Amino acid sequence: MNFPILSSLILLPTIGALFLFFIKEKEGNNTTIKYVALFTTVVNFLISIYLWIAFDQSTSSFQFIEDRTWIKGFINYKVGVDGISILFIILTTFITPLCIISVNNSVKNRLRDFLIAILIMESFMIGVFSALDLVVFYLFFEAGLIPMFLIIGIWGGTRRVYSAFKFFLYTLLGSVLMLVAIISIYWITGTTDVVQLYEIGIDVKYQNLLWLAFFSSFAVKTPMWPVHTWLPDAHVEAPTAGSVLLAAILLKMAGYGFIRFSLGLFPLASEVFTPLIYTLSVIAIIFTSLIALMQEDMKKLIAYSSVAHMGFVTLGIFTLQQQGIEGSIIQMISHGLVSAALFLTVGVVYDRMHSRLISTYGGLVSVIPKYSIFFMLFALASLGLPGTSGFIGEFLILMGAFKDNFLVAVIASIGVILGAAYMLWLYKRVVFGKLLNEDLKKILDLNRSEYFILSCLAAPILFFGFYPDPLINTIEVSVTDLINMHNTNIASK
Amino acid sequence: MENLNLILPEIFISLSIMFLLILGVFKNDSSKITFNLSLFAILITTIITFNETFSVTRETLFNKSVVIDSMSSLMKIITLIGGFLVLIISSTYLKTFKIYNIEYPVLILSSILGMMVMISSNDLIVFYMGLELQSLALYVLATYNRDQLKSSEAGLKYFVLSALSSGLLLYGCSLVYGFSGSTNFDIISNQLNSEEYVLTFGIVFILVGLAFKISAVPFHMWAPDVYEGSPTTVTLFFTIVPKVAALTVFIRFLYVPFLNLTDQWQMIIVFLSIASMVFGAVAAIGQTNIKRLIAYSSIGHIGYTLAGLATTSNEGIQSSIIYISIYVVMNLALFSCLLMLRRKDQYYENIDDLSGLSKNHPLLSLCLLLILFSLAGIPPLAGFFAKFYVFKAVLEQSMYFLAIVGLLSTVIAAFYYLRIIKIMYFDKEKDKYDSDHSLWLKISLTVSTILILLYFIFPSQLVEVVSRINII
Repeated sequence: MNFPILSSLILLPTIGALFLFFIKEKEGNNTTIKYVALFTTVVNFLISIYLWIAFDQSTSSFQFIEDRTWIKGFINYKVGVDGISILFIILTTFITPLCIISVNNSVKNRLRDFLIAILIMESFMIGVFSALDLVVFYLFFEAGLIPMFLIIGIWGGTRRVYSAFKFFLYTLLGSVLMLVAIISIYWITGTTDVVQLYEIGIDVKYQNLLWLAFFSSFAVKTPMWPVHTWLPDAHVEAPTAGSVLLAAILLKMAGYGFIRFSLGLFPLASEVFTPLIYTLSVIAIIFTSLIALMQEDMKKLIAYSSVAHMGFVTLGIFTLQQQGIEGSIIQMISHGLVSAALFLTVGVVYDRMHSRLISTYGGLVSVIPKYSIFFMLFALASLGLPGTSGFIGEFLILMGAFKDNFLVAVIASIGVILGAAYMLWLYKRVVFGKLLNEDLKKILDLNRSEYFILSCLAAPILFFGFYPDPLINTIEVSVTDLINMHNTNIASK
Repeated sequence: MENLNLILPEIFISLSIMFLLILGVFKNDSSKITFNLSLFAILITTIITFNETFSVTRETLFNKSVVIDSMSSLMKIITLIGGFLVLIISSTYLKTFKIYNIEYPVLILSSILGMMVMISSNDLIVFYMGLELQSLALYVLATYNRDQLKSSEAGLKYFVLSALSSGLLLYGCSLVYGFSGSTNFDIISNQLNSEEYVLTFGIVFILVGLAFKISAVPFHMWAPDVYEGSPTTVTLFFTIVPKVAALTVFIRFLYVPFLNLTDQWQMIIVFLSIASMVFGAVAAIGQTNIKRLIAYSSIGHIGYTLAGLATTSNEGIQSSIIYISIYVVMNLALFSCLLMLRRKDQYYENIDDLSGLSKNHPLLSLCLLLILFSLAGIPPLAGFFAKFYVFKAVLEQSMYFLAIVGLLSTVIAAFYYLRIIKIMYFDKEKDKYDSDHSLWLKISLTVSTILILLYFIFPSQLVEVVSRINII
């Protein structure tokens, strides 16, 4: 047995949280707490980078597998990564330290508890992406609700209670049906081990219902139209670091779930329900883009844009084409970076002005130019300008979509235009124009830590925009294999 | 000659009760020593139960009217441990109300004795004897704080309704006796396989009586009032110990005498289960008193245990027993928290009194947070596994409707647990509570919370212990 690298990735943040638990919080001076948290997450990031380097890109089988008896004769604690999940793990370990640096400015009270919640959240999310057993997956998937509920509820804005409840109950409601499906799978096939399930497959007559049960959970978490309404509320009320976690990583759990479980376990049902997903995705793209155009609150606008982007992701996944799925994964990674960056940029001005309303701002370019440059970069990445990572994802998804269904692809392309519209309009209203608000004249440009965080995010966005090969190489074999497996399953029926 | 070692626990506990009563008569001011001695007695009884009966697969005594098997010994141990912990954390509360008397431990011991007889019974008469012994002790316990109107009211209510249900139960027993010609469970089991209506009546009456004892909907009406009115430590006792005993009897009735009549009772149990889960979840939403809220939540939890019983499989029974064991730990933890809400000799039991608790008492509220999430069934806490095992057993029998309704009602139930968490964590703080709690209270809270939190690391042990129980 090799060193259990995945388990240590999962456990390390929790251990860090435990350390924090025993450090006493002092008024005013919390540097120790922050450094402990930062140290933990940075070490975790380095481990995950090592994981990426040691990862063998030429095979689609799961690597770094750990398999231990957990509940005797029933469930094994089984974790492992393939080309698809490893990227999400790295995204998680990359975003979390940035979140922790950013709390400097946004979280004022009970910093220690906040960092504990974030660290535990990181553990759960890495767990979700590496679990290879349905029950273990469910455990991590649901457990994430607890810290997120507290993050929104304790540190959120004025309507935080409403948002926290909505977030919790919506996602719980979606997930309980998945639990029924997971237990049913156990009784149908005799195992909940994903690798074994890939091999033996699930009887056709159950697939549709099981697919729908999983869908009910993933659709809420993605979120897809019409069950997306928790997201804007949760985002708006969460503190900046919470929004970043939510947008960058939490939303990806469902997209990942669609690829790993819906496609992998129920290939025939996925084929059957493709029209449903197409319809919902297209509605999400067009409808939420239009809603985003009308928003007056910056965070809400970005939240709706997230729904639209996730619409692209679900669309890409269910094209069941190589390009579509690869595009979806890259889009998710890119959206993880871009939405995190956008929430942080909004957070920067919010910390100074305590307003998220677009109308408060205007003409920022003349007072804080550095900030405006970063904002421009992220806005352009969000609308998918070539040269940013957003472009690669959307382009591949649309390519896959055109192969599969012309009409859907055309409508989705309109969504791209709408995306450009709301993003550019937001940028124009906030950054350009006349500086009317007197208070804005005293606003300070990025401080050192903000500058650092935003550069950290800008670098991969640009890098992968010009040179997406590292990403594509990592996922390619796994995706090809998934498609092949899917096609053989379809052909055999 | 019968092997009396098997009922040594019952014998020992009866002798202890008599001894304690005599001690109380002859010694002035003996409450402290009675408490300690009764704790000691329970401890010894637990050890005897473990030594003498834990390895027994199945033995019967006294003309097969008493049965010792793996279920009875496990449930007795849970009952005893529950009683022990209730007694050990009661003292501060009782002293505050000046009811720290010798009767309290003696009554608890007698009701435990009654429950142990119930758990081991394999005969209608033995069962009824045990039931009445425990009920009589419980009536008095409910009114134990006799200077308070609410407590007397609770006791009276409990007495009247419980007597009614015992009557129904007895009537059902007589009908079943009429059909089978025997009071012995094994013989009844062999005799009963007809489809006659009157027999169905008998079964229904017995089930109604039992449903009343475990407060399943629609026979739950007494629970909120009695729970609210009784002294808090007695409420704790009510929510865990008699439930364990009544559940065992429930299992025994369904799967020994009525085993051949599954068609007739399965629907009833499914109904009781669904009604309890849904009603428990919905009715708790509007509550303002924590004890009333716990009453409704325990109604909901009984619904989940009944779901396991409805499966007519050994896995189902085992899952119910796992559920009730985890439920006992969670409730113990919850009440330990409740007993800590004390300020200047006054106990607080409204939900609003928890407001902003996390600011003044971060550790206490963290424990309560974990307990509440566990009660709501959120992974990775113990409460999730309890539900998981039950629904695993339910789905094995393809009872999808029951499983889906049950899981949806957990979402509704999550709402009121979240409401308490919201009040603790999101609202403004109030005055501090006293923090000079007794050591045992602290220990019981810490240990039970750690069990809840870390159950997921070693889930197999409990399953293994319970998997020895094979009733069918």
